[in-house]
Amino acid sequence: MDLSLLSYGDQGWGDEMIWGAVMTLVVAVSSFLVGIILAVGFAAMKLSNYKSLKLIADIYTTVLRGIPELLVIYLVFFGGGTLLRMVASGVFGYDGYVDLPIFVTGVICIGVSSGAYSTEVIRGAVLTVPKGQIEAARAIGMGKATRFWRILVPQVARFALPGLGNTWQLTLKDTSLISVIGLVEIMRQAAVGAGSTKEPFTFYITAFVLYLALTSITNRGFLRAEIWAARGVRKS
Amino acid sequence: MDFQLMQETWPQLLDAVPVTLILAVVSLGLGFVLAMGIAMLRLSKNRVLQNSAYGFVYIFRSTPLLVQIFLIYYGSGQFRTFFDDIGLWVFLKEPWFCAILALTLNTGAYSSEIIRGGIQSVNWGQIEAAKSIGMSAVKRFRRIVFPQALRQALPAYGNEIILMVKSTSLASTITILDITGIAKKIIAETWSPIEVFIIAGAIYLSLNFIVTRAVNWLEINLSPEQHRGRVSMIGRLRSVMLKR
Repeated sequence: MDLSLLSYGDQGWGDEMIWGAVMTLVVAVSSFLVGIILAVGFAAMKLSNYKSLKLIADIYTTVLRGIPELLVIYLVFFGGGTLLRMVASGVFGYDGYVDLPIFVTGVICIGVSSGAYSTEVIRGAVLTVPKGQIEAARAIGMGKATRFWRILVPQVARFALPGLGNTWQLTLKDTSLISVIGLVEIMRQAAVGAGSTKEPFTFYITAFVLYLALTSITNRGFLRAEIWAARGVRKS
Repeated sequence: MDFQLMQETWPQLLDAVPVTLILAVVSLGLGFVLAMGIAMLRLSKNRVLQNSAYGFVYIFRSTPLLVQIFLIYYGSGQFRTFFDDIGLWVFLKEPWFCAILALTLNTGAYSSEIIRGGIQSVNWGQIEAAKSIGMSAVKRFRRIVFPQALRQALPAYGNEIILMVKSTSLASTITILDITGIAKKIIAETWSPIEVFIIAGAIYLSLNFIVTRAVNWLEINLSPEQHRGRVSMIGRLRSVMLKR
């Protein structure tokens, strides 16, 4: 094992691997945020009184949680471009070649699967807020928006944080799958390095350590956030 | 939608189901044994054993399965002469061996936490009672702790099984032709991702549906007192056997 391969600068792969880690983090954060936005919408649909909306949301979470992410990635990677070209020529009358950037493909894939897990977390958190509090807020004349921001959001955030921490970890780890379609994040960079130096172990163990560092550090952040969100709660 | 193509790819994808199932069943089985061992270490009184078990769990839960698979399959190639000397290379050069090894270690780490939670949920009073009537440690574990721990852990373990069925798809990245591997091959050949995705997705969904149902059924049958009024096969069997 030749560790000088991992030195920083022109000679080594250290800086490339670090940039890979930055890319992993950017993809993970983007996908996680896309997931949260989707989750808020689908959780609202699951909690609504309309059967059809509930059904759509149920299908979304069941399918995305029951099918391997890798399969979803292949679908969007191979099918996204076709769909985009159909829309481009059908709606905009543009017949040239358009394709989804790999980054966008990756964020869509990981985002929708992250969203499916977050939906259940947020739905559960909303259900733990006692109904009486909403009724009380209505009774003292709070508007819908005030009720949402002052009563629901702070409590849902607190209840959902531990679950969202789990989803974040899943999302961060799932980003490694995007390497199969060629986005240069940790895994891809490691594969490139392994291929050109014939030292696969050196590179994959580096990737291993980088992921370990990313999850450990961000996990700590989530624990902090949990403490922060629970600052107004009496400790038993 | 190309129904002709769907009809043609359907049997090919179905043929790959055993591959996915073997990967999942073998690694879940081996992983369960591993998980029991790790859970025991975590609950032991020895600090060193406790911490090393925790370290194992932490490392395997904090890194992507893909890295673990690549590290074992491609990474071992760097030390080929060494593994050749100790006679392990015959195994490590096989994608099947590497995939199952990685999946086993991975599910072992996750399941050990589930089992640990189950064991810790068993009421301390019951163990004291078992001790007081003179049950040995082994008997206590077999008759009192284990059955209840299993029951308690079952819902979470059901989720783990589904995650594992999904995880087997990563074996396709090291040349194993499981459902996902075949699906990718057909997509690359025919360039019709949607049709192939629908069939492969439906197969995975039905597999996971069966798992969910089975776990549900087991749950009801293992704790009949919590599901009174429902038909319980095992409960009925048990009462028949007790009468004899």
